[in-house]
Amino acid sequence: MKPVAFDYCRAENTSEALAALTEYEDDASVLAGGMSLGPMLNMRLAQPEAVIDINRIAELGNIESHGSWIETGACVSQADALRSELLTEQVPLLGLALPWIGHYQTRNRGTLGGSIAHADPSAELPLCLVTLGGEVELRSERGVRAVAANHFFEGTLTTTRAQDELVTCIRWPVRTQQTGYAFEEIAQRHGDFAIVAAACSISAGDDGMIEALRLGFGGIEDKPVRPNLDSYLGALARPEMATDIAEQAANTLEPMDDATASADYRRSLAKLLGARVITSALSKCSSD
Amino acid sequence: MSRLCRQMDKKSTKAVENPGGNQRNWVGQSTLCKEDPALLTGQARFIDDLEPVAGLRHAAILRSPHPHAVIKRIDTSAAEALPGVFGVVSGADLESLIKPIRSVVRAPIPYVPIAVDKTRYTGEPAAVVVASNRYVAEDALELIDVDYDPLPAVADPLAAIAPGAPVLHEQHGSNIASQRSFSYGDPDSAFARAERIIEFSYRFPRYSSTPIETFGVIAHFERAPDRFTAWSNFQGPFVLHPLMSSSLGVPGNRLRLITAPASGGSFGIKQAVFAYIVLLCAVSRKLGCPVKWTEDRLEHLSGSSAASDRTGSVKAAFMNDGELIGLRYENIANVGAYVRAPEPASLYRMHSTANNCYRVQNIAIDNTLVLTNQVPSGLNRGYGGPQFFFSLERAMEIAARELDIDPAELRRRNFIHTSSFPYRCPSGSLLDSGDYDQLLDEALRRADYVALKNKREQARASGRLYGIGFAAGIETAGSNMAYVTLEQAAEERSKGDPKSGATATAVINMDPTGTVTAYICSTPNGQGHATVVAQIVADTLGLHPDAIDVVTSVDTSTSVWSITSGNYSNRFAATVTSAVALCANQVADRLKAIAASMLEVQPEQIELSGGEAIVNSSPKRAVALRRVAANAHWNAEASGGGIHETAVFSPAGLTSPDSEDRVPSSLTYGSLLDLVAVEIERETGAVRIDKYVSMHDVGNMLNPMIVEGQIRGGFAHGIGAALYESFNYDAHGNFTSGTFADYLCPTAMEMPALDIGHINTPSPMNETGAKGLGDGCSMLTPTAIANAVSDALGREDIELPLNMQRVWSLTQAAGT
Repeated sequence: MKPVAFDYCRAENTSEALAALTEYEDDASVLAGGMSLGPMLNMRLAQPEAVIDINRIAELGNIESHGSWIETGACVSQADALRSELLTEQVPLLGLALPWIGHYQTRNRGTLGGSIAHADPSAELPLCLVTLGGEVELRSERGVRAVAANHFFEGTLTTTRAQDELVTCIRWPVRTQQTGYAFEEIAQRHGDFAIVAAACSISAGDDGMIEALRLGFGGIEDKPVRPNLDSYLGALARPEMATDIAEQAANTLEPMDDATASADYRRSLAKLLGARVITSALSKCSSD
Repeated sequence: MSRLCRQMDKKSTKAVENPGGNQRNWVGQSTLCKEDPALLTGQARFIDDLEPVAGLRHAAILRSPHPHAVIKRIDTSAAEALPGVFGVVSGADLESLIKPIRSVVRAPIPYVPIAVDKTRYTGEPAAVVVASNRYVAEDALELIDVDYDPLPAVADPLAAIAPGAPVLHEQHGSNIASQRSFSYGDPDSAFARAERIIEFSYRFPRYSSTPIETFGVIAHFERAPDRFTAWSNFQGPFVLHPLMSSSLGVPGNRLRLITAPASGGSFGIKQAVFAYIVLLCAVSRKLGCPVKWTEDRLEHLSGSSAASDRTGSVKAAFMNDGELIGLRYENIANVGAYVRAPEPASLYRMHSTANNCYRVQNIAIDNTLVLTNQVPSGLNRGYGGPQFFFSLERAMEIAARELDIDPAELRRRNFIHTSSFPYRCPSGSLLDSGDYDQLLDEALRRADYVALKNKREQARASGRLYGIGFAAGIETAGSNMAYVTLEQAAEERSKGDPKSGATATAVINMDPTGTVTAYICSTPNGQGHATVVAQIVADTLGLHPDAIDVVTSVDTSTSVWSITSGNYSNRFAATVTSAVALCANQVADRLKAIAASMLEVQPEQIELSGGEAIVNSSPKRAVALRRVAANAHWNAEASGGGIHETAVFSPAGLTSPDSEDRVPSSLTYGSLLDLVAVEIERETGAVRIDKYVSMHDVGNMLNPMIVEGQIRGGFAHGIGAALYESFNYDAHGNFTSGTFADYLCPTAMEMPALDIGHINTPSPMNETGAKGLGDGCSMLTPTAIANAVSDALGREDIELPLNMQRVWSLTQAAGT
């Protein structure tokens, strides 16, 4: 479990990182927290020519409010995110999801950008970003672009990021009025990648009608999925509907089938967790 | 320096200033572990910290990616050309240097620790690279070109013995390594007169130990004379030493084994380090340099060892009143690709106590050893116990349901009576002491069994899945090494010289300044042996335990050892402590004799206390032990020339198997009983432990804190086996549990509350009255939880591990 020899480039600013990414073309790995890259290097699953360390880049460590977005730099650690009142106040779903990520120790090193860029199908942060409809900012020497979350994730450990691009920041939509948020997951052990994770946000008008309904699942398919539930918009928000919504959502899924969990088990858990997060989110939007 | 370190320093300084201390009766106290300050402050030295000779080079091992394949060709030229590479050796290169390592199975199934022309399990060594460092060595592994011709593989033991299965060892011609049948009492008559016969078939999975520290070996071959020295974290049993020297083609005294001062854990698996000692010694000889190898986690999971998984059935003959009158076991044990010594011992460790804690007299046992394309099996905590108890104690629970007798009551009706000890088991063991009724009573009281059953009824009334499970067992300790030869028929055994015994050794030296060093050969892996030894010696010599140094590193060139030395079969408390007690008494006798002549009294008048030899007369007279020791060394003509005592504890009665295949397998027999209540979350399959009570009889407790630590550790191992851990293989025999993302071990977060209780029936078989206890709940927890889950779901087809997916599938089936 020793990595192959690689060049180590520690970028002091974003420009240096982008220059290094260009220089090594398609053969560099970006090191943020290293919670996934470290083991992949040690097991030689990743054999890059260069590892570009972005941990020293100050501007990637910021959490800032920009109108309807909160922007988090790629290197904000999961622990710092959880400690940020701005972030957990304005993006309540993150406050609910972050404690599920790994362990106290791994959250100290693991970053928001690293998790998004790594794109594990059962990871919490990609699920949150897709559920909320956030954006990923990608920079390269060619320019800047923002990619909507539902276009960013392509499959297991694959995204639309080009090899010369760096995930520089994540944009999280700030909370809206009278909206409830909920997050739950089921794993074999505390801190494991989820077998199934579910995230939800529901907004209700003064009349109690559902104005927005977002339900996302992780661990089910090769990327986070958010079934279309527009048919429930305008309906009266009632706790009794949670099971129906979850059932409809789960029936649209095409779950993975592997040694960890059968497709049937995953679908069943999706219904269970879906109903739980809907119930929880509904209870919060009405009391908001 | 941290505050913790400062406190430790202060404490140890104080202890040296006052070597006598004032306290007596250290034995039985929860003395803090003397090993811990070094471990907690990073001062302990493990095998990976050692660089005992100059010019060490580093090895990496190329391992087979196939479960079964012919090796047509290995091209090492590109690897050898890589700068920094010192040499590359394949199995064929070592053929003349390693002879097959014997086991008690005489079938032609040669085992050498590197594949020669065929690989038989994923992870089997195929070549070894030696380089300037491990990084370069691993780079070179990728440059070795092996032309494998994959063969069909078989991982399932039943599939392996089915007609047409791929055969692992052509010269043997079958995947059945051996078969033996045993009969004690009159099983046929018992089954003929039985009023109820319970039948139960099961599979018990393959799992492992996964200590934090992996295997490590430093091998050094020297000439004039040809000899090997190997530093390692091998844990014994040292009965493997003659097998190693024989395999390497040198006399016993030309293979010097040295174990590291500290260990990062074992739980049994470091027995298998011996195979890598042989391999690396041969590599050192071939390449002419000292070689260091530290196993990594991927190697450990695929290529080290594992518990033998077992498939089998139990038939239990009962009378309607619940009396168990007969047992028939069919055991199919999967030893993996080779029979690697000391296997097939795991199949025989519980054999001589096949009646467990019950009076049943009529027992038949059919054993089949099966070879599959899996890593060779070996020691793992409980060694054969978890498999055995899963068969019998699941059957007892099933019988209780079928006979409509409470499972606690059914066990009670069959317990060996407290007045019957020492009790001779039908298959040979002599149970030293016990009180199983009290053990059960106390468990029921602690768990509030009546309330627990009410809780179950209420839960079920509201549609919840709630179950209660028991498991009872005896804990064998201090193995009679002869038991392994049960694998051979009596006439075959009689061709060889008799084998018997459970010897333990201890050495104590007192230097001219009067300080004491004890030496033991129990190769501890974190259990606190040094602490307990110091407690025993302190009591006998009237010293403070901190004043007694204990050396646990074994050196076969200088230590007093025997084939039984090592860390296994719970032998430390059962036998090693008795050797220490005897040795300490010998030292005390010497000190008293010398002090008596110094004080001009009789030795019987001397008491050792507070660092002095004291005459309890009026006025009180005393001489400091350091003066007594100085006298022993400086005044040799009068005092015998120093104080160096050696004791061998070789308990009586541990005989060879008799012609009827009866053998007393162990010296002490503790007992334990687990009671667990679980609730299953129907929607997720999660098993939540609502209550867990574990009762133990470990005889006299030498250090209650260490006892509790051992029990909690065994419980964690048992929780792993019950709920999380198994080595898995796909339909083609490919290994699919090769990382810690696939092989799940419980962490602190997964550990439920554990209520531990004790009773004490001291062992009359040894000096301390202590019984071995290290296996503990690792043997019963898997079964107790399976019984509780079975009770909750109302079905008997329970397989481990009971992970969420598996339990959820069971909850989906009709009837629950």
